[in-house]
Amino acid sequence: MTELPTTTDRKMGLVIDLDTCVGCHACVISCKGWNTENYGAPLSDQDAYGGDPSGTFLNRVHSFEVQPDEGHAQLIHFPKSCLHCEDAPCVTVCPTGASYKRVEDGIVLVNEDNCIGCGLCAWSCPYGARELDLAEGVMKKCTLCVDRIYNENLPEVDRVPSCVRTCPAGARHFGDLGDPNSDVSKLVAERGGMDLMPEMGTKPVNKYLPPRPKDQIEDQIDVLAPLLAPVTEEAGGFMGWLDKALDKLPGGAS
Amino acid sequence: MHPAPSVILFTTLSGLGFGLLAYLGLGFPPVTGWVAFVFYAIAYGLAVGGLLASTFHLGHPERAWRAFTQWKTSWLSREGVCAVAALLVMGLYAIGAVFLETHWTLLGLIGAALSIATVFTTSMIYTQLKTIPRWNMSVTPVMFLSFSLSGGALLAGQESLAPWLLLAAGVVQLAYWHKGDQAFASSGTTMGTATGLGDRGAVRAFEPPHTGSNYLLREFVYVVGRKHIQKLRGIALILGFILPILCLWLPTESSMAKHLMAAVAVLAHIAGIMASRWLFFAQAEHVVGLYYGKR
Repeated sequence: MTELPTTTDRKMGLVIDLDTCVGCHACVISCKGWNTENYGAPLSDQDAYGGDPSGTFLNRVHSFEVQPDEGHAQLIHFPKSCLHCEDAPCVTVCPTGASYKRVEDGIVLVNEDNCIGCGLCAWSCPYGARELDLAEGVMKKCTLCVDRIYNENLPEVDRVPSCVRTCPAGARHFGDLGDPNSDVSKLVAERGGMDLMPEMGTKPVNKYLPPRPKDQIEDQIDVLAPLLAPVTEEAGGFMGWLDKALDKLPGGAS
Repeated sequence: MHPAPSVILFTTLSGLGFGLLAYLGLGFPPVTGWVAFVFYAIAYGLAVGGLLASTFHLGHPERAWRAFTQWKTSWLSREGVCAVAALLVMGLYAIGAVFLETHWTLLGLIGAALSIATVFTTSMIYTQLKTIPRWNMSVTPVMFLSFSLSGGALLAGQESLAPWLLLAAGVVQLAYWHKGDQAFASSGTTMGTATGLGDRGAVRAFEPPHTGSNYLLREFVYVVGRKHIQKLRGIALILGFILPILCLWLPTESSMAKHLMAAVAVLAHIAGIMASRWLFFAQAEHVVGLYYGKR
């Protein structure tokens, strides 16, 4: 049913650390790998080895440059997937009831058997989190790896979304954002976690941690510079005597 | 937004068809018998043809019946329900007019209301989308309704009413373009709010996620033909409104010439509305383009 639940028991979601993400795209690949062979239709590619390759992805990593008024520009890698919004417009616009938000954990899913592939949910999503699979004609989106997180056939360490398990930098965190005492909620409180496009009124569950302020690098560009500076201007000791002695030799001081 | 031909055809033709049905339901003109048959054939051809065209862009048209279930929240579902209800009620009304030479007035009124409601629900599918500021305006449903009512009056042969409605629709069209040109800027959504990084400095897209294109860019970031916008707006205005008004106001003697002028007016109007609808999609910018540094 496409009526949104007024509340959900838990608000499972991701916290993505823009300070830590190195932009390696490992989460993109592991997401595609897991989700193409598990929940629902595979994530197809079109012209994968040809001149104009494209395909369905549930997670994509953008890179942005931020140029402050003063100081140096900063490069920020920006992974983006479904934010499992509390007020998800993609759910209410669905004409068939294929899109729904789960009461037990707040995950937004698509029942692919009921999806007519009209694409209206993708139109309504400000984040570009939904992509229509061209081979299957149904809407694909992040499931928060619903087939991993409760899967007792997997070792406990693997019961997190594939992107989180894969991230080599620890930039992705998974947990209950509805519980103020959860690790992810504490992280959001501590680091000032933010919503994307809050003006859209979607109330995203996923939060983004802003990059931490950088050290002051205006005075010294090279962190090794202090080590390379001369210790004393005047050489002393044996080296000092040798310096003076060599200066006295015919040929003069250099 | 990608201007899919199926959706442009659908919104143009079904808008006209339901507009004509509304007039027929209200008894303008109060036709019966064979003349009524021709009127209803045209109206149903446009409305049903448009609805069928709209299923061409579905990934799974065979499941389209499921779209009638979610009328509580979904404007697309409401449109489906309204359209089928309007076609059924007006179908009964048409049987009375064509075969029994009678007009069941109440049924006609209900059918006319449902026909207009169908056009309104179509417009709300677009109007509801906050992600597309150019559509998310109160003037959008006014535009759809004014087009449908003026085109319907033209098809229903309402010679005295149609020019004034066409004039009004032309003014609404100009107002829609004027407001629409400012909509994205006044929505407040920028690359800064999209990334949450706006308060740190000027945000610029440095590198897209993939070297190739994708569904999002093909569907939402359609930039082809934007340079011809002013010309197309002129064509839409002239063909859609000005030429039909002139055709209707031109004094003609014979009924042959009159019918010829009416046919020219209808064809020009359809072509003009299609140009306007193409612009409606091609000019609409989805906020997701901001993540790609595009609009």
